Amino acid sequence: MSLFEMKNITKSFEGQEVLKGISLTVDKGQVLGIIGPSGSGKSTLLRIATGLEKADGGEIIKNGSVGLVFQNFNLFPHYSVMKNIVDAPLRVQKRKKEEVYAQARKLLAQMGLADKEKSYPFQLSGGQQQRVSIARALAMNPDILFFDEPTSALDPELTGEILKVIRQLADDHITMVIVTHEMNFAREISDHILFMDRGVVAVEGSPQEVFSSEHHRMREFLGKFHQGES
Amino acid sequence: MTLETMIQQLGSGMVVSTEIFFLTLLFSLPLGLLVCFGRMSRFSLLRWLMSAYISVMRGTPLMLQLMVVYFGPYFFFGISITRGYSMVAVLIGFALNYAAYFAEIYRGGIESMPVGQYEAAQVLGYKRPQTFLHIILPQVIKRILPAVTNEVITLVKDTSLAFVLAVAEMFTIAKQIASSQTTMMPFVIAAIFYYVFNLLVAVVMGKFEKMLSYYR
Repeated sequence: MSLFEMKNITKSFEGQEVLKGISLTVDKGQVLGIIGPSGSGKSTLLRIATGLEKADGGEIIKNGSVGLVFQNFNLFPHYSVMKNIVDAPLRVQKRKKEEVYAQARKLLAQMGLADKEKSYPFQLSGGQQQRVSIARALAMNPDILFFDEPTSALDPELTGEILKVIRQLADDHITMVIVTHEMNFAREISDHILFMDRGVVAVEGSPQEVFSSEHHRMREFLGKFHQGES
Repeated sequence: MTLETMIQQLGSGMVVSTEIFFLTLLFSLPLGLLVCFGRMSRFSLLRWLMSAYISVMRGTPLMLQLMVVYFGPYFFFGISITRGYSMVAVLIGFALNYAAYFAEIYRGGIESMPVGQYEAAQVLGYKRPQTFLHIILPQVIKRILPAVTNEVITLVKDTSLAFVLAVAEMFTIAKQIASSQTTMMPFVIAAIFYYVFNLLVAVVMGKFEKMLSYYR
């Protein structure tokens, strides 16, 4: 049984069709990578998957809870790092205080931020803030964690630390869906990749299959990417 | 009249002015939030009604509004006005007027919040009232504090408008003494009173701002 499924999802904004029937399946323990040019509908798809946006048509089958890591972190600036992580488990899930704090400390240690629990978001670097936001999402024990371009708002020298953390999560078999512009990272970490283009899944398959695909839009996209890289 | 009796008489007015000040804040700060919610409601009729309310309150003189509240019951409903009603009318008028200004300040603060804060709260499962109370409102308060300070300072000076309903606040008494004793002294004392009052307001509000400066 799949953990999460989207079938034939459509979405338009002001008459502009952004998603033209997208389907995807996420199995337990799987890492699904979503790549594609800007404006291909990746972020919209993620916003629909996490309930921030409503689809016009199609079906969503959820067999578990979802978490989301935002591109811009969206930490609560008036809460300390610790409170950012524990507030929702306490207030929303109504879990026990000791258990939640113990988990939060463990997550912070895992993120290399054990000494930052009393800091406020503005005192942290972008990379540190993103790691706090990952810890915050994980503290809710989601069955699937979605990432919306988790490194796009970071300085290039800070992306590495986030990718390292996500790799760690993949090693722990956390189920993840990652929208990213980091091609090498997507290839390396994903079990399955969707290449989205103009509102449809143009290519999908294993990383090898997708990156060696002869689909002209995929070649074009990778060509641009490699140019950008050199 | 000695300076001492003058200060004594003005002192009782100062107490009344201070009362008007605090009671107006007590009523108008929460009332403003309700008006603001109405102004931002998804029901267009309520939205329109609150816009009209704010427009009238901000668009006409407070002095006139005080007179309407005071004389209105008699003119519109034939209810006879008792002497004690004047202070009540002053408080009603001030609260209604300041609520309109505070509502707009709140709205500005709420609308300045990045949508990401709502989205993060939603994804984490906060209910809408929880999101507002715990995530949005604390940040809004920090953002609007300077604008609120402005309004509060204006209120200190506006309390003198209560003289139109012959409420014995400080300025009313100052005018009476000035004309009966033909001296400017009460006005000098009045000026000092308002200025010192506002100095205190600025200090207190500055303390609040500092309290909230632990985050950005």
